[in-house]
Amino acid sequence: MYIDDQLRERAKKAIEKKGAIGPDVNLHEFDDAPVSHPYMADEDLCAMPGEEQKQLIMAGLDVTKKERGGTYFQKDTEVIHCHSQQDGIEVIPIRKALEHHDWIRDYYWKLAAVDADKYTAAAELGLHDGYVIRSLPGSKSIYPIQACLYLDKDGIQQNVHNIIIAEEDSELHIITGCATSPHLKRGVHVGISEFYVKKNAKLTFTMIHNWAEDMMVRPRSVAQVEEGGLFLNNYICMKPVRSLQMYPTTHLIGKDAVARFYSIIVGSPGSEYDVGGRIFLKHPGNRAEIVSRVISNGGNIIARGHLIGEVPDIKAHLECRGLLLNGGFIHAIPELEAHVDGVEMSHEAAVGKIAPEEIAYLMSRGLTEDEATSTIVRGFLNVDIPGLPPQLKAEIDRVIEESDKDVM
Amino acid sequence: MLQIEDLQVKIGDKEILKHIDLEIHPGETHILFGPNGSGKTSLLMTIMGYPQYKITAGKIIFKGEDITDLPIDERAQLGIGMSFQRPPTINGLKTRQMVQLCAKDEVDEETLAKKVNFEGFLDRDVNAGFSGGEIKRSELLQLLAQNPDLMLFDEPESGVDMENISLVGKTIASLLQKGFLDAETKPKIQTKRDRTKMGLIITHTGFILDYVAADKGQVLYDGMLSCVSNPHEILNCVGESGYEECVRCISTIN
Ligand SMILES: Nc1ncnc2c1ncn2[C@@H]1O[C@H](COP(=O)(O)OP(=O)(O)O)[C@@H](O)[C@H]1O
Ligand SMILES: [Mg+2]
Repeated sequence: MYIDDQLRERAKKAIEKKGAIGPDVNLHEFDDAPVSHPYMADEDLCAMPGEEQKQLIMAGLDVTKKERGGTYFQKDTEVIHCHSQQDGIEVIPIRKALEHHDWIRDYYWKLAAVDADKYTAAAELGLHDGYVIRSLPGSKSIYPIQACLYLDKDGIQQNVHNIIIAEEDSELHIITGCATSPHLKRGVHVGISEFYVKKNAKLTFTMIHNWAEDMMVRPRSVAQVEEGGLFLNNYICMKPVRSLQMYPTTHLIGKDAVARFYSIIVGSPGSEYDVGGRIFLKHPGNRAEIVSRVISNGGNIIARGHLIGEVPDIKAHLECRGLLLNGGFIHAIPELEAHVDGVEMSHEAAVGKIAPEEIAYLMSRGLTEDEATSTIVRGFLNVDIPGLPPQLKAEIDRVIEESDKDVM
Repeated sequence: MLQIEDLQVKIGDKEILKHIDLEIHPGETHILFGPNGSGKTSLLMTIMGYPQYKITAGKIIFKGEDITDLPIDERAQLGIGMSFQRPPTINGLKTRQMVQLCAKDEVDEETLAKKVNFEGFLDRDVNAGFSGGEIKRSELLQLLAQNPDLMLFDEPESGVDMENISLVGKTIASLLQKGFLDAETKPKIQTKRDRTKMGLIITHTGFILDYVAADKGQVLYDGMLSCVSNPHEILNCVGESGYEECVRCISTIN
């Protein structure tokens, strides 16, 4: 097909092109050859070893599928489970979609550029799989759809491309996680995601990352939100990783479209995170918010945020709070760009260690210094996320609760 | 009992409390007067154990134990609690959770909150955006849950509106077992014996005296406790002739 050839041509030219920011990953050091794994039926999922199930649960994947509207599960390069149990919501592996559905061509590489860097190029030239999740017009997801990208084979390079489409007036909730098996030490994950939130649709996307100490991670995501649409994007990463760099971008392309990004990152020693969000406000009535809470336990964290107001009557706010618990490094880079009069844009950034007067205050109520510290940290990570279904909020709280021991 | 003996305190290089002697017996509540900057807050913070208030001489004894070098939390465990004038905000910690943290055993925060007209604030972050008066009611709510034996109040009525002032006054009185109503309903002797709580209250206005049957008034002047007298008498004297005059005249009478 002509289009495929064109994409491949562009990708080939970009195959050695370094990312715009973040440390370079030598992809030649990793193995992207397909690894086959058998498809798993529901009962197989539940029969997975306890240790592995625990890893999955930490990434939001519940193998019992209770209170889930559908499941996509990819292990290494292979889709091992894919199923929707809710009318009006489709969950399809992307390779299958590319083979059987012409409509996917309207979305595939239409937001992200295939030649952006070596990672986008690799995802085109060596695509393993990925998910397409689509809520049909007017449908409402009752339970969230869960998607998990799991890495099992040591030294692997996983190339994934995801497309998420919330059709007009639909409501779609997705919880997605990445996790590694307990024995995996080293690997690289390349993940392209393209989000389409159509007129008056609502999409919440909650991503939980659970990597291993020597993992390199390069997600590349772009979203667009049409008139009256809402895109709520939550990101949580509280486990070590060698290097994670991502800068997801959202374009608000219709009036009254709204995007909100919330991220929670806890950085361990030896880990490097360069994480941000960028939102273009292009139509009157657009609203955008980027909120991040980052804690360094000795890791290096760059927290970026970039809001671009291109027309009057838009409102945008950026908030970055960072806490240094055990040394480490936090660099907050908040950027606001106003191109016309009549925009309302603000940011606040605060980075530091826990205020001693807060610890003293809690101690005066009878808490020990350690209890006071962990209470403050938990509060710090407790962000109010308006519009998030309570079930997903509970999921986030659980992950934070679980990771709390590691944080302290 | 709280006993303070010849206490001297510095912040940095600055001497702020000089030769303080003070005794508060179980069942007693003292009122602490003094002009701005005289060291009232410093005295309370020093009793609570805030480390920036460096004790250079003297000692503090509480319930027979020398607590001069104890950290804040151990003093709280021993039964000392404080209502702060400007407590910090704790982001992400709900007032409801804070109330539970203050209580040793589970408490019903709704019932406690009702006492200080604060139900509507339980799901707000502790002190986040609270007005002056709201902070006082939040502090009181926390003390209600904590229920300490010695309570230190730093200007508990300042900033509280007319509508809530009597609520605040009565709550402090009941915490300290010093309500006037109590005294009317129970025979005096028995009430006195029942009282175990100790209080030290900083006030400028004296409003609190309408609600709390205080035992003594103390005037802190330039880092020194300069006279002890009936709190009403001190209030009148300061009102008529100011602190400087008042300290001199009462001192000479005594
Ligand atoms: N952190 C500080 N550093 C330096 N001086 C301080 C500090 N805190 C208080 N002081 C000074 O100590 C003195 C007593 O203050 P304070 O105890 O707050 O007085 P009060 O409560 O009676 O108004 C004042 O002169 C005040 O400026
Ligand atoms: Mg003061």
